[in-house]
Amino acid sequence: MAHTASEILEGLAEIVAEETGLPTDAVVAEKSFTDDLDIDSLSMMTIVTHAEDKFGVRIPDDEVKNLATVGDAVKFIEGAQA
Amino acid sequence: MTAAASREVVVTGLGATTPLGGDVPTTWAAALAGESGARTMENDWSEKYGIPVTFAATIKVKPEEVLPRPEIKRMDPSTQYAMIAAREAWQDAGAPEVDGERLGAVVSSGIGGIWTTLDGWDTLRERGARRLLPMTVPMLMPNSPAAYVSLEFGAQAGAHALVSACASGAEAIGYGIDMIRAGRADVVVCGGTEATIHPMPIAAFAASRTLSLRNDDPAGASRPYDVDRDGFVIGEGAAVVVLESAEHAAARGARVYARLAGVGLSADAYHITSPDPDGKGQVAAMRRALADADATGPDVVHVNAHATSTKVGDLTETRSIRTLLGADADHVQLSATKSMTGHLLGGAGALETLFAVKAVHERLAPPTINVATPDPELQVPLVRDTPSALPDGDIVAINNSFGFGGHNVALAITNA
Repeated sequence: MAHTASEILEGLAEIVAEETGLPTDAVVAEKSFTDDLDIDSLSMMTIVTHAEDKFGVRIPDDEVKNLATVGDAVKFIEGAQA
Repeated sequence: MTAAASREVVVTGLGATTPLGGDVPTTWAAALAGESGARTMENDWSEKYGIPVTFAATIKVKPEEVLPRPEIKRMDPSTQYAMIAAREAWQDAGAPEVDGERLGAVVSSGIGGIWTTLDGWDTLRERGARRLLPMTVPMLMPNSPAAYVSLEFGAQAGAHALVSACASGAEAIGYGIDMIRAGRADVVVCGGTEATIHPMPIAAFAASRTLSLRNDDPAGASRPYDVDRDGFVIGEGAAVVVLESAEHAAARGARVYARLAGVGLSADAYHITSPDPDGKGQVAAMRRALADADATGPDVVHVNAHATSTKVGDLTETRSIRTLLGADADHVQLSATKSMTGHLLGGAGALETLFAVKAVHERLAPPTINVATPDPELQVPLVRDTPSALPDGDIVAINNSFGFGGHNVALAITNA
């Protein structure tokens, strides 16, 4: 069953919080993974691995560089569920 | 005066997380009280895999209670233990101000990030390559504890992870001494860690017939020098010491626990697991440590034995001590602290060096528990059940650590 955008944001925030130690409410759509959340490439790939698992989607490596913000990731995952 | 002699090495900080406690004060108090850290494991490994051992000296305070969640997720347990011990040691040393280029990190593990290695293999087989976490390699590499300790304190003089099985922790401290003597560093954070309470290594040690099978009495299972000893008790945890050149410590007015005055290293070149029954390599390591410390037999008042509670190993070591010291061995107080902590493998040499430092500092040798009937072939006076006072004046203690592969490390500790 497909997750809604808000469910995806909530789930993604939990994954990012686990990885970074940030509170989940700091993980909002407009935040940049690198500039705002200080996430390096290894952490980003860890988050991608957990997100694929959680939402049952495939996020190709080529696509990851296009996911600048949390909102970009939510949008991609939402679309990839179809 | 040689360059080495001009750079005395002192201990200014201690840290540990062990089966006896989550820090040094708790661990040391439990050791003096003669407590055992061995307990029945809360898992089904015995039924599930047919492992003949149901107990271990598991860590007293779980890292989840101490470390932030992201560190738990990105560090193997062996690194988690090392970080807990290193942070305590650093604070205990008064968080010394030191140029990063003059600060070293030497933290060893005997086995490495085996939880991560085996979890990764399970994930690969069960769920495929795409599910492996990107941090798997930096988590499993055996230099991970040294690398994270270096990152934590900005240690740029060098980060090293010497591996010599159950001698690793002592060898790391020996290397730290050498770094300071060679002028490569003024302060070195060094020690050992291990996290192998996992069914595969336990089954593997059981396969080598070296583990105690005393499942009905975990606390009584580790009994070095007792006639009924039947093998070692696997333990886990870490110990870290902060070493410092005496000049550097004096300049900042640091509290000094003891001097790490001598390092003795040797290899048996005899057998991959059994010690040379003649103890030639062990004697050589201790002799070199004493010579390096400019000490002689009559100075030695305390030995923290490697003594793992195996039939052969325990006696080989006391024969070696007797061979080296002759009649002077009569006034040595021998402590086998693995009777309480179990065997921390790569962490053991560091923890037992820490115990020897505390013993010299407090002039109190910790006890050996569970010795109901001492082995008649025991050749050195053993501290049993309760702590024993060490004499006043200048004293020398030795910590012995030996590892599978024939690695022998002896460290000589003297009063500050």
